[in-house]
Amino acid sequence: MFSVFRDLIRYNIEFAIGLVLVSIIVIFALLSFVSPVDTTLIYLVPPDMPPSWQYWFGTNSRGQDLFWQMSTAMRNSLTFGIIVAVLSRIISLTVGLLSGYVGGWLDRVLMFINDIFVAVPIFPVLVLFYFVLRNNLDSLTLALIMACFGWPFDARLIRSVALGLKHREFTRHAVFAGMSTPKILLQEHLPYVMPIVFSTFMANMLWSIGLEVTLAVLGFTNINNPTIGTTLYWANNHSAMVVGVWWWIVIPVVLLVAAFIGLFLLAVSMNEYIDPRSRLRRMGA
Amino acid sequence: MSTLLEVRNVSKRFTMGGLLSRKTVEAVQDASLSLSAETPEIFTIIGESGSGKTTLARMILGLELPTSGEISFRGKTVSHRVGRQERLDFMANVQPVFQNPFEAFNPLKRIDRYLESTAKRFLKLSHRDELDGAMDGALQKVGLSLAEVQGRYPHEMSGGQLQRAAIARALIPNPPLLVADEPVSMVDASLRMSIVNLLKSLRDDLGVSVIYITHDLATAYYISNRLIIMQRGRIVEMGDARTVLDAPEHPYSRLLKASVLSTEDAGNGKLATDAGMVKLAGDLVSQAGRLVDRPDGRMVRVYG
Amino acid sequence: MSEDLLKVDGLKAYYQMDYFGVTREVRAVDDITMTIRKNEIYGIAGESSSGKTSFIKVLAAAIRPPMRIVAGSVKYEFKGLSVDVADATPAQIEAIRWRHLSYIMQGSMSVLNPLRRIGKTFEDFAKKPLGLTGEAYRARVLNHLERLKLPADVLNAYPHELSGGMRQRVTIGLATVCHPEFIIADEPTTALDVVVQKEVLGLIREIQQDMGSSVVFVTHDMSVHANMTDRVGIIYAGRLVEEGPTRQMFFAPRHPYTAHLVASLPRIGDTTQRPALDGRPPSLANPPSGCRFHPRCPLAIDKCKTDVPPLVTVANDHRTACWRWQDVKPLVAPQVPHGVMA
Repeated sequence: MFSVFRDLIRYNIEFAIGLVLVSIIVIFALLSFVSPVDTTLIYLVPPDMPPSWQYWFGTNSRGQDLFWQMSTAMRNSLTFGIIVAVLSRIISLTVGLLSGYVGGWLDRVLMFINDIFVAVPIFPVLVLFYFVLRNNLDSLTLALIMACFGWPFDARLIRSVALGLKHREFTRHAVFAGMSTPKILLQEHLPYVMPIVFSTFMANMLWSIGLEVTLAVLGFTNINNPTIGTTLYWANNHSAMVVGVWWWIVIPVVLLVAAFIGLFLLAVSMNEYIDPRSRLRRMGA
Repeated sequence: MSTLLEVRNVSKRFTMGGLLSRKTVEAVQDASLSLSAETPEIFTIIGESGSGKTTLARMILGLELPTSGEISFRGKTVSHRVGRQERLDFMANVQPVFQNPFEAFNPLKRIDRYLESTAKRFLKLSHRDELDGAMDGALQKVGLSLAEVQGRYPHEMSGGQLQRAAIARALIPNPPLLVADEPVSMVDASLRMSIVNLLKSLRDDLGVSVIYITHDLATAYYISNRLIIMQRGRIVEMGDARTVLDAPEHPYSRLLKASVLSTEDAGNGKLATDAGMVKLAGDLVSQAGRLVDRPDGRMVRVYG
Repeated sequence: MSEDLLKVDGLKAYYQMDYFGVTREVRAVDDITMTIRKNEIYGIAGESSSGKTSFIKVLAAAIRPPMRIVAGSVKYEFKGLSVDVADATPAQIEAIRWRHLSYIMQGSMSVLNPLRRIGKTFEDFAKKPLGLTGEAYRARVLNHLERLKLPADVLNAYPHELSGGMRQRVTIGLATVCHPEFIIADEPTTALDVVVQKEVLGLIREIQQDMGSSVVFVTHDMSVHANMTDRVGIIYAGRLVEEGPTRQMFFAPRHPYTAHLVASLPRIGDTTQRPALDGRPPSLANPPSGCRFHPRCPLAIDKCKTDVPPLVTVANDHRTACWRWQDVKPLVAPQVPHGVMA
């Protein structure tokens, strides 16, 4: 495992940069566990102070230290993104592999459901959920709902790879070697599907965090929970740009963009590495 | 005399195209053959592309269902539409060997996986030593050993070795019947004969029957007991291998034999094919005819 | 006036790869010296991973990184044009391609663009080298098609509308329409049925005799070599191990590998046990020392493990690279097949 990382860092500049960026963000997010302040409380420190040696990121109009605020926000946003991505990967893998391999009526039913989810507009549905659940719409519930929407496109991608794999000789060979369907899907076919899973994982994270930010900015989530989106909501609410408290908007955006770029670079470089064709070339086939 | 495999008047029709333009292809038409359980033999199916030989093999393996007719193994109909246990029982008795050894193994995985899975599933073994013993035993039968194969990836071995490993895997459940679809056509020339000789020893030493599918008449002559020649889905000649190939009777069989390149005239090869022969064989494709017996034991399709 | 069309001298072509820190050098062609004369069919026999495909790529001036010519020369002597592929400019190679040097590849479908009609493909390949336009060009193409016994309307067809045999004829026509002096045929009949194969082989030989070109015929099928070629060269692990007139190669081979290749061919009418060879073809990234065949050779002695045998001339036009060439006997004597050829 370590040799893999070492190889990647040494030979792939995208991976190195991505790793550095993401590490910074993650460490920053982890700092929130040792935060000396409770980030849900307000008016703890003098408001509207620009970034200084005392308050590295300044303070916002609600009297919160922006540094710790952002740290917690980053942690929450990243966790949210990871939960959505993992859950939706599981669903899309299951649906895609089963659909492609088993075919027949199962394929038709699953793809029918798939297409319904593709057609349904996510944003209005999420807003609807907010209006129904109001303050019960915490991060976890939102994550679960978004996971249910984040799988269809990728399931189709995985299905097309699975369809191709079904007809390859080694699949038939595996059947005659007595391997059961789950074993074939998980052990024989999964490595071929991993590049898609990986890059869509990152894409999914970006999509879910972005959507959460959108909802939060508009006020459709639990705004007391510090995330990047709710930070921007409060900044807008207090007309930060107009008032001159630019750091309240710029810093969250910069952090978000840095996180996105880091994740993207990681995804692209790891994708190249785990692609079966490049693996074969490295093994010397 | 109990029957191992019986193929009775089997036909397979494929329909392609949508609602507005359907095309039907008669891949196999009215094929019949049977293998006895008492005497192991190598039964060869000779045909060119489009002859239906691969479709017939797939039906014997239960991967396709015949459109009409029946295939039965030890009395039971062969089909993939049965319960898992029944299918596993069938697979314990009939195993395939595929054409392309490099495609038969997943390039990203080690090859002993397939052997282990076969041993686990069909021999119902679970202990490490039992599994290793079963795998090594089968590999020794084909001239390899577990030490050579363990932990290797497909690209680390030659085509000949891979094909032998594939045959070893097929032998693990001790099946009475192997179906080998062009097992040597993708293997290097210098390794080819070792695989062909191996198939011969499977019959002679281990008592395994083999259905050997090929387009190469020379290897068919070398190892088969009986053979059938297929042309566009129909069996045109059938009988003892030496009898048929020494003096083929059906025009298509004669054309095949005449097209085989031999090394006798090395340096002065005659490459002209008798146009009359080609035309005669081609004209017969559209006619059904019927199979008749001949006194020397063969069956030939005659027309009119 | 020299009889030689192609002179290969000390050719070495390696794949040099550096991928994620893993360096590999595959010695695909390792010191080959040979000549090909005018108006002959020269067969190259070798197995997969013997380096013959890389060798052919060098001859066809079609190598690209990571493969490079590391040493040696590949000199063509066409009518009034000499080109050394090893250090020719792209312009020079463009000048000889298709006009003087062409190739027939394996798998005709990959040469013919499935989305273009045959006529258009002909234009893509042949119009520029021929240097003709309009009526003159059309007449030349139609004339050539007639020679190949292809109907004129094949130019309007798409590749998938033709049968495998016809496609291969079209590919042959494509390669020969400019009357090149040197044609490389890489396994042109491997995927074809036995009956079609004989026709296509006959066609290639007819064209060759007609045009007086030289053909390098690459295949692993020894029986094809027996019937098609004037001379045969055997390549093993990137080296030329034996070369000579076809008849001699089959009835009196002077290298154990050739002897095995010939003896292991099954024949209709003969059921004697065919010999099999131990071991496997060596990896070109890590070949054996000395004579590369020694791990599998029934005649190997200690010298074979350390010293590379040079190519020595043992008879007229017959060269072999084996320390014990005098001890090589054909393994199974060739027989006349019994049984009646009806």
